[in-house]
Amino acid sequence: MADPAIVTRLGGGLRPRRAAAGRRTRTAYLFLTPFLVIFLIFVVFPAVYGLWISLHVWNPLLDDHPFVGLQNFFDLFTPGSLTFEDFWESMGATGIFVVASVPFLLAIPLGIAVLLNRRIKGGSVFRGIFFAPYVLGVAVVSVLWRYLLDPQLGVVNAVLGLLGLPSDIPWTVDVPWAWISLVGITVWWTLGLNTVILLAGLKGISPDLYEAASLDGAGAWRKFTSVTLPGLRPVMTFVVTVTLLASANMFGQSFLITQGGPGTQTRTAIMYIANQGLVQNQMGAATAMSYLLFAFLAIVSVVNFRLQRDNTK
Amino acid sequence: MSTVTTPTATASDTRSAAPEPAAPARARNRRRRTPNVLTYVVLFLISFIIVVPLLWMLLTSFKTDFDAINSPASPWPNPVTTEAYGTLATGNLPILRWFANSVIAASAQTAIILVTASTAAYALARLEFRGKKIVFGAIVATLLVPGVVFLIPNYLIVDSFGWLDSLWAIIVPGAAGAFGVFFLRQFFISLPTEIEEAARVDGAGDFRIFWQIILPLSRPALATLAVLSFLTNWNDFIWPIYVLLSPENLTLQPGLSVLQGTYSTHFGIVMAGAVIASVPVLILFTLAQKQIVESVASSGVKG
Repeated sequence: MADPAIVTRLGGGLRPRRAAAGRRTRTAYLFLTPFLVIFLIFVVFPAVYGLWISLHVWNPLLDDHPFVGLQNFFDLFTPGSLTFEDFWESMGATGIFVVASVPFLLAIPLGIAVLLNRRIKGGSVFRGIFFAPYVLGVAVVSVLWRYLLDPQLGVVNAVLGLLGLPSDIPWTVDVPWAWISLVGITVWWTLGLNTVILLAGLKGISPDLYEAASLDGAGAWRKFTSVTLPGLRPVMTFVVTVTLLASANMFGQSFLITQGGPGTQTRTAIMYIANQGLVQNQMGAATAMSYLLFAFLAIVSVVNFRLQRDNTK
Repeated sequence: MSTVTTPTATASDTRSAAPEPAAPARARNRRRRTPNVLTYVVLFLISFIIVVPLLWMLLTSFKTDFDAINSPASPWPNPVTTEAYGTLATGNLPILRWFANSVIAASAQTAIILVTASTAAYALARLEFRGKKIVFGAIVATLLVPGVVFLIPNYLIVDSFGWLDSLWAIIVPGAAGAFGVFFLRQFFISLPTEIEEAARVDGAGDFRIFWQIILPLSRPALATLAVLSFLTNWNDFIWPIYVLLSPENLTLQPGLSVLQGTYSTHFGIVMAGAVIASVPVLILFTLAQKQIVESVASSGVKG
């Protein structure tokens, strides 16, 4: 970096180090400025502003935002408060979705990735097909499945009827069917994402390990548990974290397919927070909830990292 | 038994002793087992489950209302009609306007991201300066914060700029995401420094090095970032449904939600809307499949 020859030519020889460092710093911030301006306005500032809002009763239609300290947070832990039951019901709904969707979002892509890692013809074509739904927006995916799964007029029930199976399944209007639909649709939509990441992880496992296992007489299952899974661990940690967070942030599918129903049973935390803040104008309470959710997810991520690390030992 | 559990120990040995190209073909064959028929059966079955709903969407968009409601179990339109598209083009809901809004918003945001992320990433990857660690740390830290934390504050910020119900709200705030900077920084760091050093010896400044060396060498990464940014903005849903209010100002994703509310059981029309919202991204995906899939694939390996 500080090759004396270069410094001499550039700076004419005796320019003090500190002046050069200052000039470099100015140039660097010149490059950074365009990004930092929008980053400060729309990322850093709102993160702090949100905390400030959460300390008030903040109705955007009123000029006065009374300061209430941590009351919005206390309310979330006080049974019988305005927000307590609805908030924890929505957190529960998010919890159900996470627990029901994450295992499928890991196991199915892992299975597909193992198949794609064999010497097959048209591997990249399959990969492209499996990934394709993921490039569609949640709105497209949801209106499509809202039609296919319509209990009265939908395609799925009609086809089941033709096959002589029950044709009156309340896919989108009753639990547990609504959860099954939401999980199934999410798996259909996003399985390609995890498949592609896990496939890259599989390709990174040295073939020699499989050969060594073969020489030791390991069968296919033994190789999977003793070579494939340990070899995938770093990638798996990443995939588990990203999948957990994505499922915990579920919004569009419930919003468009079940409208949170039946009743409010499939109304997720994000759906409730957005509604409280931007429709009911309870912005103070809603930002408090968003920070609590953030804290929850941070804890889950840390625990997940710890668990995966301990498993490695 | 005893030996099967040792591979983890030998992993580093074999990797350092025999780097990939030298791995014998025999081992490669062993690993990537010759697939049996069942492999293909399963892969075709999954492809079928993925593709059929999409085809159904396309075919239903060519059905009449009557046909869509009365024969849901038959995918084939009878008769084939473009009536649904006609209704969309001439009806009360300005779907062509939504389409244009989506194209404008996604393109403009992509352009902003390319400019701001590439300059910032250059500074973070190639320049030494005071506060670098803090700046980079702050950018990376925000990657971990869920979007809902920014929803309400940004709504108020956008409102204070007078941007509610305008495309500015869809274009600008989303460009501040850390992903682009992070992605390009990784790429810039991987570029060899020799050309750059030679240019410096010849008296080139940072702007010339950035513009004439780094950017041209980074075309593939810039193209990938452009595609990913366009897709993300095109598909965003939660933000536009709350900040866009009047029907003529919507983009396609919130528009689809309105379309579903308005034409709830006119499935042909709703599916035609979904097709219109899907075709651009599916074309983009077909053209840039390799870049999209590979950038996604490497995210896990690097992370």
